[in-house]
Amino acid sequence: MDLTWLPKPSPHVQNTEWRSFKARARRLNGFAQLTNLYIAAFPMPVPDSQDLRSLVRPDRVHHSVYSDPALFELELDRIFGRTWLLLGHASQVASPGDWFTTRMGRLPVIVSRDHSGAVRVLINRCTHRGALVCHEPSGHSRAFVCPYHGWGFELDGRLTGVPVPQGYGDQRQQVFAEMGLRAVPRVELYRGFIFASLSPTGPDLADFLGPLASSFDDLVDRAPDGEVEVAGGVFKHTYEGNWKLVLENHLDGVHPNHVHISSVHVARDAADPGQPEKYADISIRQMRQNGAPEPVWEAIGMWTSDWGHGYMGDYHSDGRLVVGLNNPVFADYRKRLEQRVGAEEAQRILGVTRWNTIVYPNVSFMSQFRQLRIVHPLAVNRTVVYTYNLRLKGAPEQMFRDTVAFSNVVNGTASWVLTDDLEVYGRVQKGLEAAQPEWVNLARGVGGDVPEGELLRGGTGTSEIFIRRQFDAWLRYMCADSSGSAA
Amino acid sequence: MTSPNDSRPASAGQPPAASLESVEQFLFHEARLLDTHRFEEWLALYTADATYWVPLEAHQADPFNTSSIIHDDRTLLELRVKQITHPRAHARRPLARTVHQVGNVQILSGNAEELQVASTLVLFEYRLELQRSWAALVEHRLRWVDGRLAIAAKRVNLINSEAELPGIAFLL
Repeated sequence: MDLTWLPKPSPHVQNTEWRSFKARARRLNGFAQLTNLYIAAFPMPVPDSQDLRSLVRPDRVHHSVYSDPALFELELDRIFGRTWLLLGHASQVASPGDWFTTRMGRLPVIVSRDHSGAVRVLINRCTHRGALVCHEPSGHSRAFVCPYHGWGFELDGRLTGVPVPQGYGDQRQQVFAEMGLRAVPRVELYRGFIFASLSPTGPDLADFLGPLASSFDDLVDRAPDGEVEVAGGVFKHTYEGNWKLVLENHLDGVHPNHVHISSVHVARDAADPGQPEKYADISIRQMRQNGAPEPVWEAIGMWTSDWGHGYMGDYHSDGRLVVGLNNPVFADYRKRLEQRVGAEEAQRILGVTRWNTIVYPNVSFMSQFRQLRIVHPLAVNRTVVYTYNLRLKGAPEQMFRDTVAFSNVVNGTASWVLTDDLEVYGRVQKGLEAAQPEWVNLARGVGGDVPEGELLRGGTGTSEIFIRRQFDAWLRYMCADSSGSAA
Repeated sequence: MTSPNDSRPASAGQPPAASLESVEQFLFHEARLLDTHRFEEWLALYTADATYWVPLEAHQADPFNTSSIIHDDRTLLELRVKQITHPRAHARRPLARTVHQVGNVQILSGNAEELQVASTLVLFEYRLELQRSWAALVEHRLRWVDGRLAIAAKRVNLINSEAELPGIAFLL
């Protein structure tokens, strides 16, 4: 292959090094191989592990982890570019030809179900001149066709047609063989949830989820038909802050009494929910519960695992909010669940009382009201969170209506709960962009952690252990070398 | 309930034969109450069984099986108005200043009890150095109550309801 056109990556590369690279590269055939060799031989200069480790201490982190654009780019490479990301649920691609688009860090991807029934994750970029192949949130197609020159791709990404094929001369076979839509190297499902990784190596999904897989079990086991599905719309919330802020908020039991105090007060002044239940009651109950006193939050429990995951216990004492207690709808629901799994197993399933679970770095979800939130970093100071409802298949219709009503009040774009969270993320970001003071305090509960099998439990439910564990994972990802193994 | 300073249009008190002008004046009045932050008076325009709905999806069929940006019954609407003025309602301190520009008002249908009215809303929002614009197709179901128009249902179809949006901390 003629390489006279190939530019030297930087003036700092020695001529001898450059000549030796070109000697190796001339033996390649195909641009894909050349690109891979080039990227591997001349990596971008990045902060070394020593620099990164200096940013994270046992009880604090440096503010730049939230505000430095260079660190953000490195996060996209080393965290979002490598680890398992939850992309959605199998019900979003129920039939062959169904697809939806989403992001994996910087990359736009298509999640499709191919004709064999397999879930595929493809980079949403035509291999010809680079146009997005799918530009809508979801759809159904027999095949993908690029709008620019009509390159056609199978649902599994294979290139099936190009215009003027004779224009590629001898390389025609090669074009077809090499130029399919690029597949994301690893895709795995757990209980219907679609995960993918941009790295061909690394821990498999089971190792990555570890004991936190049980939170997905908690969710899916609750469905009388044994499955959940995505339904009822998706909120897409932007905030002017770093992506980590939302993950540091969802297990934080101290903020509701401050961030959400206005809705707590207003709900307390409202008429007491009663029977028969009114539409507004579920909202009033939830907002009141956010005002639970400190001892409740201290007692709920906070569990963490490797890779930055964690979950908090449920803080609701209200019988309407904890499934399986004193409401006629739940009596019907429990009966349906018992019919499938038996009374004893139903008792076990309904006895699990978890509130939010975080699967670091891009998921927060909960079984009690079936909400799934996927976090997409956009810039160091800008994030969008996609919030989905999940339906328990086989449960009474009212259960899903509860989910929808709950989503409006807690996760709705104009919710009095969510808007205060978004507001505070923005204010935190503005503060953290200030260079002084340098450190962010994460000391609550330090030293009180309690090992529980594979889990590490916070000494109390309000321990900031879950943030400290997120930063353990952050360092582990960020300090790994280009192969993904820890340096 | 009316106050001595009630500035509702002259059609109030007339028999139920709404002119386009009287309906327009009613919608302009509603917009002005919002833009001047007279929320209690705004709330008083709504019937006891009113619903206030900002759907999440274009052409959304119902508010019970799909999420909504807002879906309030009268109870939640009252609480929403109370929350707006709470001193620690962080996203609402300071409260956004708004201009609700109402246009293209059409009476779609009506009978002796109720009118179905369509309009467009162009809204500017200003808060803390940032100005945003919003646009919506709006539907009001207006009801004659004691000889005055009242809002039995309001549906605000934001044209960008399905977009990636910042929090909405003002009333539409």
